[in-house]
Amino acid sequence: MARALINVPQQAKPGEIIEIKALISHPMETGFRVGHNGQLIPRDIVQTFICTYDGEEIFKADYSPAIAANPFISFFTRATKSGDIVLTWRGDNGFEASETVHIQVA
Amino acid sequence: MKIGAALCVLLLSVIAVHAAEIATADRKSGFEFMGRDTQAMQTDDTSNPGMLNVLDGGALWERPEGADKKACASCHGDASQRMKGVAARYPAFDATAGQVVDLGQRINLCRRDHQKAPELAYESRDLLALSAFVARQSRGQPIAIADDARSANALMQGRKLFNERMGQLNLSCAICHDDNWGQKLGGTSIPQGHPNGYPLYRLEWQAMGSLQRRLRNCMIGMRAEPFSYGSSEFIALELFLMQRAQGMAMESPAVRP
Repeated sequence: MARALINVPQQAKPGEIIEIKALISHPMETGFRVGHNGQLIPRDIVQTFICTYDGEEIFKADYSPAIAANPFISFFTRATKSGDIVLTWRGDNGFEASETVHIQVA
Repeated sequence: MKIGAALCVLLLSVIAVHAAEIATADRKSGFEFMGRDTQAMQTDDTSNPGMLNVLDGGALWERPEGADKKACASCHGDASQRMKGVAARYPAFDATAGQVVDLGQRINLCRRDHQKAPELAYESRDLLALSAFVARQSRGQPIAIADDARSANALMQGRKLFNERMGQLNLSCAICHDDNWGQKLGGTSIPQGHPNGYPLYRLEWQAMGSLQRRLRNCMIGMRAEPFSYGSSEFIALELFLMQRAQGMAMESPAVRP
């Protein structure tokens, strides 16, 4: 399981704009580099990042080989109701990591 | 006339060696030479990629290792209390090893003597993680290298290496980091070369690295043959650099471009 650092406010007022910040540990190997044996190092990247808020998809990103290792992402959303914010990363070699944060909206 | 000339030469040589040392009030962490974005990345623990290694190190701290199935925590307990300020005191003379050791070597001594576990390789993920975790506990603490007669020789060697020209470009550490800090080299700022954030996450590496890895970078840039990891030369240089930054606040795990 990959390590991730998540920064989501635990509480918010209805209608408040909140920032979601997430950092995941991942090598993001481009697939263009040559290893010591002269062979290409196979690509190993995160391909997609999806954020759901109370079951509904609110943000999605496709990653490319040009993104640095340990990719950081930050985006804004409007706090509407209490629920789970689920952040999921999927990538090469069956990579999948998921983090859940509960937000209380009142 | 002859005496005047000799005096002049003597004075010049004294100036060449000592003119450039940075006054205590003028010392600046590498942090201050970075752009605001990189500074923000370091300051916020949820955007600092070095914290991923600190988390790994925290898990290793608790994990029983070796023949005696002892974890670091079995002896040292709560790192946030017991490891506070420890990284700020290394390299230091170690009585069991009979020589000056840096933090990574100190961790390996503990593994060998107390955990009966195999030593971790230099620059390995686990050693960097443990070092980062220990160093994190000293964040904000002033660098406090002890005034120890037993490490005086290493300190002298470190000072000599810092001021010695080496490599095909015939540069010394001091030429850049004492005499020309704040200037540009290939578009980037030359910092003063203080070791107050190691192990740190370097964007160029896209990874965590030790001070010795950084020193190897500089030496390769000078077209010099780098010392090997854990060599007495590197330990001496590390000790001198820490002593040169005495009193500056630790930032580990720092982020540097």
